[in-house]
Amino acid sequence: MAFLNPQTTKPIDGSIPSAIVPKKKATVFNTFKRDYQLWLMILPAIIVIIIFNYIPMYGIQLAFREYDFTKGLTGGEWVGLKYFKQFIDSFMFADLMTNTVVISLATIILGFPAPIILALIINQVVWKKWKKTIQTTVYLPHFISMVVMVGLLNVLLSPNSGVVGHIASSLGFDVNLLASEKAFVPVYVLSDIWQHAGWNSIIYLAALASVDPELYDSAKIDGASRWQTIRYVDLPAIVPTMIILFILSMGNILNTGFEKIFLMQNPLNLPVSEVIATYVYKIGIISNQFSYSAAIGLFNTLINFAFLLAMNYIAKRFSNISLW
Amino acid sequence: MSLLSKKGKSTSDLIFDIIIFVLCAFVFLIVAYPLYFVIIASVSDSTLVSTGQVTLYPKGFSLFGYKEIFNDSRIWVGYKNTIIYTVLGTAVNLLFTLPAAYVLSRPEFKARRALMFIFVFTMFFNGGLIPTYLLIKELGLTNSMWVFILPFSVNVFNLIITRTFFETSLPKELFEAAQMDGCSHFQFFGKIALPLSKAVISVVGLYYLVGHWNDFFTGLIYIRDYSLQPLQIVLRDILLANQVFAEGAGSGGAAGGYAQKYADQIKYGVIIVSTLPILLVYPFIQKYFEKGVMIGSVKG
Repeated sequence: MAFLNPQTTKPIDGSIPSAIVPKKKATVFNTFKRDYQLWLMILPAIIVIIIFNYIPMYGIQLAFREYDFTKGLTGGEWVGLKYFKQFIDSFMFADLMTNTVVISLATIILGFPAPIILALIINQVVWKKWKKTIQTTVYLPHFISMVVMVGLLNVLLSPNSGVVGHIASSLGFDVNLLASEKAFVPVYVLSDIWQHAGWNSIIYLAALASVDPELYDSAKIDGASRWQTIRYVDLPAIVPTMIILFILSMGNILNTGFEKIFLMQNPLNLPVSEVIATYVYKIGIISNQFSYSAAIGLFNTLINFAFLLAMNYIAKRFSNISLW
Repeated sequence: MSLLSKKGKSTSDLIFDIIIFVLCAFVFLIVAYPLYFVIIASVSDSTLVSTGQVTLYPKGFSLFGYKEIFNDSRIWVGYKNTIIYTVLGTAVNLLFTLPAAYVLSRPEFKARRALMFIFVFTMFFNGGLIPTYLLIKELGLTNSMWVFILPFSVNVFNLIITRTFFETSLPKELFEAAQMDGCSHFQFFGKIALPLSKAVISVVGLYYLVGHWNDFFTGLIYIRDYSLQPLQIVLRDILLANQVFAEGAGSGGAAGGYAQKYADQIKYGVIIVSTLPILLVYPFIQKYFEKGVMIGSVKG
């Protein structure tokens, strides 16, 4: 509608530039004239999103075409589902799917509750300074780069010279934590929790901070113990946040972090550490099989999207909480 | 234990506080100790570190690792490149994101819902690695510094955080008053909205800055020329690429073990040197974190 505020009863002075206040009823042309500054301000963002997000989406058809260097992204011959069939029939398919799902499910099952528990604990700390110290410390690892994180794992877990490696071998664990099939998933998941649980707890702490203090008072009057307060006041307060974040993480079920896995890979753990994301990189960027790897990538995206929709539907059915 | 001795507490409350304190101390140590260990290991004698004798404080003080790092030109080239990419990149990010967020926060802007959908959709669906790679190649951005700066310079999550901040913390009356005085959108944005939004600019700026500083993927995929590589690629070569030499066949022999000890001290030093800039910015922006995340969590 027109830019006039309905609450302002007196007519607006005519000296105001027409760029902001239209004199006539708003038509498309009028609003454009009025809003041209706004359009100019948002234009760079729109251009960047269209070029780097929407053109690649248009380029997805590469997965159904034979890539041809001379004809560009979308000019190749149409081959339908050829590359999807090739992927499903390939000897790598079962391993890739298993590894991807195992790593991401382990990350969700162990990694999802960790920040919740952490937030509930931190929220109970009464002494302000101590609380601040813990928060500052646990947020910090989130800012370490993936390369440094994996480098850190390598020096600390090394069986010959690392401090954790020494502890592990003195406790009788006779595994090389860096280069064995058994240790890969635990090391990956636990280090992920170490790095991100603190940061991810911020959102729960924010939800806990917004709990009505009267609820705590009445819980106290009713004789609730501290533990019962957590169970019946704190926990229900963060359930909506939990559900939203759970839906989002299920929508990423096949999106294991490429960088960390790629950097942690070595010939000894490769049977359990090759996932869809690293395979797409190797097949596509290294071996230049563009159509095949685009098909694998699209397969991945579609399964994620389906999971997201399904989880969102379930959440909506049972709790009336939904992403949109 | 002054925090535990509040009078009038029941025994069960006291036990509860003790449990909480122990849990917190445990979490604190688990997170802080590895970081602390890297610092003391980087200035200790490498033999003592590798045999597990350095645990609580530095032993056999030595700056050998840092000397090697200062003489390694690869690190300084990487450092220089990353600083350029980070400064330029973050500037472009903010230049594109802040005005767009302002526009999307204006209730009278008719196209806002449609445009918002166009932005948000990209959070759930994307073209994938290969079409993006081929596009960037066709645009001639591979092997160029611009690939670190232009692609994906608007992060939709940051856009939403900023938009929500503008929506909730710029009073409506302020805009109406400015508008009465004949203030255009450009003026209102530049002279009133931005100065009032330091908190969100700090948070979003930090997210972008850390993203650029830690970016490893772009260098890996799009850059072939080593003189253009960012710090993270150089770090990968130092921290991880000599992995086979460090853990493999060489470690048994005397020469292998000897080189390995020094390699480790250099690695500890490199971790510190490369993470230092972020640790320096961290305390200044930390106070805005909770605010930033809280705004972001408001559904868009």
